[in-house]
Amino acid sequence: MSWAQTFPALGEDTLRSLRQGIDGTFREFTREHGETLERLFDPLREFLLASERLLTTSPWPLVVLGLAALIWLATRSWRIVAGALAALLLVGAFGMWDDLMKTLSMIFVSTVVALVAGIPVGVLMSRSDRVQRWVNPLLDVMQTLPSFVYLIPVVMLLGIGRVPGLIAVVIYAIPPIIRFTNLGIRLVSRDLLEAADAFGSSGWQKLRQVQLPLALPTIMAGVNQTIMMALSMVVIASMIGVQGLGQPVLRAITNQYFAMGLFNGLAIVAIAVLFDRVSQAYGRRLQKHQGVNHG
Amino acid sequence: MADPIGIRIQNLYKVFGPSPQKHIDDVRAGMSKDELRDRHGHVLGLRDINIDMPAGQIQVVMGLSGSGKSTLIRHINRLIEPTAGELWAGEQDVMALGPRALRQFRREGTAMVFQKFALFPHFTVLENAEYGLQVRGLGRRARREAAAQWIERVGLKGYEDHYPNQLSGGMQQRVGLARALANDAPILLMDEAFSALDPLIRSDMQQVLLDLQQDIGKTIVFITHDLDEALRLGDRIAILRDGEVVQQGTGQEIVLKPANDYISSFVREVNRGRVIRCRTLMRRGPAVEGPPVDGSLVIEEAARLLSAEGKEAANVVNKRGQVLGTVAMADIIAAMVPPREEACPA
Repeated sequence: MSWAQTFPALGEDTLRSLRQGIDGTFREFTREHGETLERLFDPLREFLLASERLLTTSPWPLVVLGLAALIWLATRSWRIVAGALAALLLVGAFGMWDDLMKTLSMIFVSTVVALVAGIPVGVLMSRSDRVQRWVNPLLDVMQTLPSFVYLIPVVMLLGIGRVPGLIAVVIYAIPPIIRFTNLGIRLVSRDLLEAADAFGSSGWQKLRQVQLPLALPTIMAGVNQTIMMALSMVVIASMIGVQGLGQPVLRAITNQYFAMGLFNGLAIVAIAVLFDRVSQAYGRRLQKHQGVNHG
Repeated sequence: MADPIGIRIQNLYKVFGPSPQKHIDDVRAGMSKDELRDRHGHVLGLRDINIDMPAGQIQVVMGLSGSGKSTLIRHINRLIEPTAGELWAGEQDVMALGPRALRQFRREGTAMVFQKFALFPHFTVLENAEYGLQVRGLGRRARREAAAQWIERVGLKGYEDHYPNQLSGGMQQRVGLARALANDAPILLMDEAFSALDPLIRSDMQQVLLDLQQDIGKTIVFITHDLDEALRLGDRIAILRDGEVVQQGTGQEIVLKPANDYISSFVREVNRGRVIRCRTLMRRGPAVEGPPVDGSLVIEEAARLLSAEGKEAANVVNKRGQVLGTVAMADIIAAMVPPREEACPA
């Protein structure tokens, strides 16, 4: 019964050559196309650098005022503005202003990229059951595959730095916005779509005037989730050179600096709460027509 | 305003299922609805529908749930594609329209009112009323003006900036009506438009529609399951059962000469005084001493007039006031009471 004691795996040699084969092919691919790919992502790098420069080189009072104005425009709630200001100033007071700005910029850019790429995919998915059947398992993989696993090829291709970090964050954070866009559009009542058809709307008119606006509350829930997931990747992304609040945490782990880890960790929590409240309040404001009901 | 155009439906069939074309010949040959469903897994929606809907009049299609009436109305703007048959709107062969032309036809040839209103919850009352014009690509000013005018016509002035779910059901359907009318299409499709409303509101809305129709003179296709509503609104009525037309004609024809027991059982409870017109009961003969009544007046109104004036008979006159004959109170009373054999179910 000795054959039952060890699992009949492929031979050590087969496995080794398989791994070497894959690695070799990928390394080949990297050598050949790495530079082209890197150039492809140049606009993204520019975008990242510009937003980071804006936040870090502007005088801090201006940044605080600008953020407060933005938050007020989005939420129309002085309470949220006051809370956000308190959080920002407190994090700044503990000496983490620069790192905070870098993280804010990273989250902002990766959210924008995730929305720009994710919403169209969600729309496509909502229009075809076949696309949905193919994309859904892909999203499952993106959400469950340990991020370190796809960090390796990204780093091999693009090296260490902001852009590979951004890509890793986007891969992790994009599934919710795709899923919620798809769901939101599919939830729009058939009666309304029929009415739109009866009045002769084209597919594009229907999407822009009926489906997207009515799916917006659901899509906003997806935006909120995407932001939260992007934030949760900040520490991991710092391992491949993304600057911001993640790096001190990483240093704290390796050096057992308890207080340093705690401060930066709490700062991340603070901006997570801030983003969450602001995006949720904004989402609620978008559906003001649902607030009032005839009795 | 666009001239009214009639709608002609000819030999229209609808079979629901994965491969309707395979079974259409069996259905034409007379396969029953049950056999089609049990043996072939297809559902018969409509069988051999032939209706000529007159231009500028109200055509009611009546039937109970499952009779295929909502399916039928959706064929007119091809929200549902027929399995076989012809469909003409005036000179236009609706079946021949390609996707782009069909969209054009829906934008400018038809407008629709829905049972569950189907108002856009994220649009205000005004924006909802504008919808059809906006889809057509009309400028903001022009469509605002047209929409505001129709909102006023349906009695919702002052509610332009409300959202639909701030309004009661009756008011919401007024918005639905304004949205359809603002489109100013010659054909108005109304799918059980008043069925979801309370009886009083429904009666109100029927009056609103009749009053409007005096001015707009559109070709209206009105779907209902309520015979009283059918008789009140319909210039012509087609009664549908299990996807087939059982009888069609004017309300009076249907009430006085039901085609079969099914229709008889329907019309038994009808208030005949509001359906039968003086012209029908008129006897030829010299003028009598009594008030003049128009030939198209329903006999209930004539009876009211006679009893108010204490007369036994009235003179039936035409539009120019010429006496055509007379109608007697006794005949009116006899006509208002349903015949005995109909009153007692066998």
